[in-house]
Amino acid sequence: MSSSEPPPNVPVTPHVGKALPHESAVGHVTGAAHYTDDLLPRYADALHAWPVQSPHAHARLSQAAIDDAAALAIEGVVTVLTVADVPGANEVGPVAHDEALFPEEVMHCGQAVAWVLGETLEAAKLGAAAVVVDYEPLPAITTMRQAIAAESFLTEALVIESGDSGDVEAALAAAPHTLEGELEIGGQEHFYLETQAAIACWDEAGEVFVHSSTQHPSETQEVVARVLGLHRNRVTCQSLRMGGAFGGKEVQANPVAAVAALGAHKTGRPVRVRYDRQLDMTMTGKRHPFLARYRAGYDGDGRIVAFDLQLYSDGGYSLDLSKAIMFRALFHCDNCYRIPNLRVVGRVLRTHKTSQTAFRGFGGPQGMVAGEDMLARVAQAVGKPAHEVRALNFYAEGDRTPYGQLVRDAERIPRIWSGLMGSADFEARRAAVAEFNASHPHEKRGLAITPVKFGISFTTSFLNQAGALVLVYQDGSVQVNHGGTEMGQGLHTKMLQIAADGLGVTLDQVRLMPTRTDKVPNTSATAASSGSDLNGAAVERACAQIRERMAEVAGRRLQVPPMDLRFAGGRVFPFWCAPGHPDHGASSLGFVELAQQAYLERVSLFAAGYYRTPAIHYDEAAGRGKPFHYFAYGAAVSEVEVDGFTGQFVLRRVDILHDVGSSISPLIDRGQIEGGFIQGMGWLTSEELIWAEDGRLATRGASTYKLPTLGECPEAFHVELLPMAAEPAVVKGSKAVGEPPFMLAISVREALREAVAAFAAESNAAPVELGCPSTPEAVYWAIEGVREGRAKQVSAAE
Amino acid sequence: MAESLLSLRINGEAVSTAAPSHWTLLEVLRYRLDLIGSKQGCDKGDCGACTVQINGEPVLACLTLAATAQRGEVRTVEGLSWAPEASQGCHPLQDAFDRWDAAQCGFCTPGILMAAEALLRKRAAVVTRDEVREALAGNLCRCTGYTKIIDAVVDASEVVFGQRGDESTDDSAQQTGS
Ligand code: FES
Ligand code: FES
Repeated sequence: MSSSEPPPNVPVTPHVGKALPHESAVGHVTGAAHYTDDLLPRYADALHAWPVQSPHAHARLSQAAIDDAAALAIEGVVTVLTVADVPGANEVGPVAHDEALFPEEVMHCGQAVAWVLGETLEAAKLGAAAVVVDYEPLPAITTMRQAIAAESFLTEALVIESGDSGDVEAALAAAPHTLEGELEIGGQEHFYLETQAAIACWDEAGEVFVHSSTQHPSETQEVVARVLGLHRNRVTCQSLRMGGAFGGKEVQANPVAAVAALGAHKTGRPVRVRYDRQLDMTMTGKRHPFLARYRAGYDGDGRIVAFDLQLYSDGGYSLDLSKAIMFRALFHCDNCYRIPNLRVVGRVLRTHKTSQTAFRGFGGPQGMVAGEDMLARVAQAVGKPAHEVRALNFYAEGDRTPYGQLVRDAERIPRIWSGLMGSADFEARRAAVAEFNASHPHEKRGLAITPVKFGISFTTSFLNQAGALVLVYQDGSVQVNHGGTEMGQGLHTKMLQIAADGLGVTLDQVRLMPTRTDKVPNTSATAASSGSDLNGAAVERACAQIRERMAEVAGRRLQVPPMDLRFAGGRVFPFWCAPGHPDHGASSLGFVELAQQAYLERVSLFAAGYYRTPAIHYDEAAGRGKPFHYFAYGAAVSEVEVDGFTGQFVLRRVDILHDVGSSISPLIDRGQIEGGFIQGMGWLTSEELIWAEDGRLATRGASTYKLPTLGECPEAFHVELLPMAAEPAVVKGSKAVGEPPFMLAISVREALREAVAAFAAESNAAPVELGCPSTPEAVYWAIEGVREGRAKQVSAAE
Repeated sequence: MAESLLSLRINGEAVSTAAPSHWTLLEVLRYRLDLIGSKQGCDKGDCGACTVQINGEPVLACLTLAATAQRGEVRTVEGLSWAPEASQGCHPLQDAFDRWDAAQCGFCTPGILMAAEALLRKRAAVVTRDEVREALAGNLCRCTGYTKIIDAVVDASEVVFGQRGDESTDDSAQQTGS
């Protein structure tokens, strides 16, 4: 197949660009949309699995010595899975093969060491409680500071360094002023409403079929094959739809599926694994907590001249995707700012915790929060409004990032900035906030605007490929298969729109199929916000091939050169006889009729489409390259009101202007922006993971882990899409939208910082020490700090 | 495990089934009656995904013993479309959720619909955003950021109780999307 761009079809009334509801909207509201565990009633004799979880964060045990006698004596317990049952590899790690499915060394509290299969869930749970494991506890590392002290690392130091003056140290020494900061940034639980789930069964042909709530069916297939010692052509994985994922099912779905498949292998019966919420929280990885330490050099206006940033992430016990996540943190610490001399060094720490993993933004948010923290401190130090200092440092057209990539469309940053300042009435509200603060000693308001620049592509370049398989049947109905998974983000809706326009048919003629590894092989995870960019291009290319072949047939029938034909509204016609033209009926052909004709003329009505993102590369050793196809931009204004006695706050108003290119599906893109923002706000202001000293996760349910609810939603929430923003290098001129809006929520934290600062006495210029997450408690302590001038003075070298 | 016989009224129909006596209504709905519309989000009363109605009141099915539900009339999301106020088999709330794209992954949606329906029926008037916030305070949604959920519930109440009557055209969806 050709890798050149197919000629576009130009439908008269395109579906692309229309505000359409979600492809599964009707299923969602009637309860008819099935999720993986909803398929359980179809498997009458399914067994249920439950793990034996380690009470220790770090311990040794012998798999052979696991005593399951008492468990097997319980009515309904069928068997206990241990390492002895694994026909292939006892290993499920995605990148480094460093995760035992059945460990002899426990690496985090709650880790599964064995699995009990029962006729009922109750039996499996009782059985798991009765399994006797002899643990030999070992010392555990449970905090980042302990890990740094013990030099417990999962990666080497990852570095990006660039400088006008050659050397960051020299640039810092020469800077008119310097300051330093340290910030711990909390992790985040995914809390997808649908917990991890899989059902596996063994079929008559000796194949395993796995239903999995996975963002990455191909890797789930690979891991199942690895554990069972099979070739991948004997494992089929289907991801029907997910009840949320956010990165948490990119690799962490794999062991769930592996246990189900292994159980089915051993017993010959279908096996269902479904984590309940507590299992999910204690067994699966989270957003990485980070520790950032930095020094910044700046001039009297607040222009940044040097930034030296050290980042540590808490990777948990195994590598998972932590290295790529750290790279993305490095790539985003500059955010929208030109920093002439920059050194950022990132290192992933190994601790005895769940293996931290992908989560919307993939390290980008942590890097960006560190950068924005620095900017805010510089603004305070030079005594200028933060928004002015931010704008002063923006990239300009022609600038390159520290890793050498051209910041294409950098003009969008000031365009968004000034547009949003205007529509949000920023200056007038700033004055109103100051007035409010002057007359309210116990409540203070804060207003902040922050920008986002987010790089789109997998930074592991080879992952940027996708496939699609489009089938047209003789009755003109169409099936679309592609490699992307649906987790609520609306990917299938966008694919439906692209396919309908690609073939010029109506939406109801096209059916989006569940994602399966036997339709499109070797797919990448639906992640990095790239699902619709990659798969959309593949779907479009598949449709173009079919359309070209059908146009040949239609051309003969209508006596028109094929290239002059248009496909739209389920009809094919010469472009001069569009619908409404008096000759349209006579000189056009129905798509259904044409499909039949093509079949009779022995013309193939199916095609595979394939797409790879052009010209992306990154050299890790040099810290240089073009890891991203393009950048997505946006900005947000947030206004908060803080209670000085309690640290409680309300988000009064949010205004967002965000760049989604030419939106394929505006209703869906707005939903991504709103949802991403609120999820980011949760990360930065309410969600706090707490681990006990012994490594136990103390926050293991929504009762102790505070997610945003309706009550935290801003009272006024204005979202606009940047107009005139087509991205020519992406399908339909669109831009990715899944992750970038998450970081718009940094504006909430910065608004809180402004409000906290307003509690300080006029004379006290101590920087605001605001914890992250900036929970009411953290805000309270920050207020106490500025009130008493207790915050430690940073070294203001002069 | 000891199973006992349950006689329930669900979505207007009498059903009987056997289930362990300690099972919750949610377990019986999902594992005995194949009514999988009610979702299991947390299993302990934290998320609202399992919300159903008993005698018109929203309750958490994961915290309700199936045995106690025998005394009442149970209604789940599967029964929403058959409601008397439904036009063409589709409840105005369902229609509004679709138009506003108030469901992303949809996992929280059945529970939210059942809580919202109870609100609309009780208020029997156009509801305010604050009323919606309060009525749905126990329902978590991890995807949408809630704004469109509030929009959809208010919109549905306007369709049912407001001036607009039945002509809930696609305009509102177009406006949000434009
Ligand atoms: S499952 Fe019942 S409240 Fe979460
Ligand atoms: S739509 Fe996914 S949890 Fe609400």
